[in-house]
Amino acid sequence: MSLRLNISGVRKSYNGKPVLNACSFSFDRNGVYVLTGSNGSGKSTLLRICALIESPDNGEVIYFSGNNIISKDILLRRRITLVLPGIGLFNTTVFNNAAYGLKIRGGKNKETERKVNNALKFVGLIHKKNHNALTLSSGEIQRLGIARAMAIEPEMLFLDEPTASIDNENTEIVENIILNMKKEGRSKTIIATHDMLQAGRLGDCMLLMDEGKIIKV
Amino acid sequence: MESIIEGFKKAFSLIFGLDAELLGIIFLSLRVSGTALLIVSIIGLPLSALISLKKFPARGLFISIMNTLMGLPPVVVGLFVYMMLSRSGPIGFMGLLYTPSAMIIAQTILAFPIAVSLCHSAIISVNPIIKQASMTLGATSLQTSVTIIKEARYGIMSGMIAAFGRVMAEVGAILIVGGNIAGYTRVMTTTIALETDKGNFELAIALGIILLTISLAINLLLHFVQRKGALPVNR
Ligand SMILES: Nc1ncnc2c1ncn2[C@@H]1O[C@H](COP(=O)(O)OP(=O)(O)OP(=O)(O)O)[C@@H](O)[C@H]1O
Ligand SMILES: [Mg+2]
Repeated sequence: MSLRLNISGVRKSYNGKPVLNACSFSFDRNGVYVLTGSNGSGKSTLLRICALIESPDNGEVIYFSGNNIISKDILLRRRITLVLPGIGLFNTTVFNNAAYGLKIRGGKNKETERKVNNALKFVGLIHKKNHNALTLSSGEIQRLGIARAMAIEPEMLFLDEPTASIDNENTEIVENIILNMKKEGRSKTIIATHDMLQAGRLGDCMLLMDEGKIIKV
Repeated sequence: MESIIEGFKKAFSLIFGLDAELLGIIFLSLRVSGTALLIVSIIGLPLSALISLKKFPARGLFISIMNTLMGLPPVVVGLFVYMMLSRSGPIGFMGLLYTPSAMIIAQTILAFPIAVSLCHSAIISVNPIIKQASMTLGATSLQTSVTIIKEARYGIMSGMIAAFGRVMAEVGAILIVGGNIAGYTRVMTTTIALETDKGNFELAIALGIILLTISLAINLLLHFVQRKGALPVNR
């Protein structure tokens, strides 16, 4: 049963300044949602709240499988993931970075290796698997961030500006990765981006963040 | 001048002749400071991880105290440990005064705040995105903590090395609580102090050279660790 996300009345303020203001939306279709909006409109904040690494001040973030509500525990957190705008690579090899999610889940070595190698091949980084991740270029960092997320086969994937600081060639690679995942129907993807053309190329559903609320466009 | 040259000659013959007394002193120095460092790692590392990663009241106060204690004068520690261990002191019955154990206790007290303070700053200076990334990948809070500590590993190692260097070179505390008993509690620094006092330069010079060499080795190691920690460029 595929995972669905419903948020309702979500509010979040930082230092008394409201960022999300009774924000509600249902992510219930499969495919790619694209979230746009001006700088500081709250896209990243919303993604962190949806990915359950931050709590809203108010309102509900509810995950469903079919009609069942899933409790927000570590098991649910392990079915979803967010690729942060800065990625946050660990000071170790490319392989170990991509394997992190599986290792902390106690995955078997063989299986982990196979999945990680596949993910690295998918993003074109297999030849760098033994390099230290902190020596990668920005484009490679983005791709490793995606590979690291793919390795755990999330049912819902949040991508925060996956192509913000990379060149056209790498942007195309990253977009192809996303389109390929969409074709394979692996997960529901929610992408925050400023690139309107990209939004058109990737998105099945366009969303705009405005005054702390999500508007469907 | 001549006596200095003579002193150096004899010092080198002691070093290269692997003089038994000299080796015993060096070995005891390393044993005392090494054990102190081991105790500090066992107690201090988990403690610094705890105060760095968990919010608890008075954390700021605790760190300020540790920072203050980093500059603790060794003689004051010596005095304190002496009073604790002397026959009329609270744990005088254990008969530890003037034993290597007393020296280990003193050096542990000296190394502790240095290690805790430096490890704490290494852990809190890990970029917060590491914590977030680890959470997004499904880590439990314990796994996230381990990940953060791993990211701080070079800083932690630097802190431990710095603490070791400090206690290796220290003389005030162990002289007071160890008593510089030949063949039992004599370590490099106390021997240098005493032999110089007596005008026996050759052993003092030999030990001085070795102490400097060890100190150089520690600093090279520190430099290497810090460079390794700073190597990756594209962060
Ligand atoms: N941890 C935080 N502490 C304080 N303020 C924050 C924090 N996170 C976000 N904010 C503030 O909340 C507002 C929304 O930030 P957010 O990063 O969600 O916007 P965004 O839509 O992702 O912007 P951008 O397009 O620039 O990435 C901003 O004003 C930001 O300064
Ligand atoms: Mg953002």
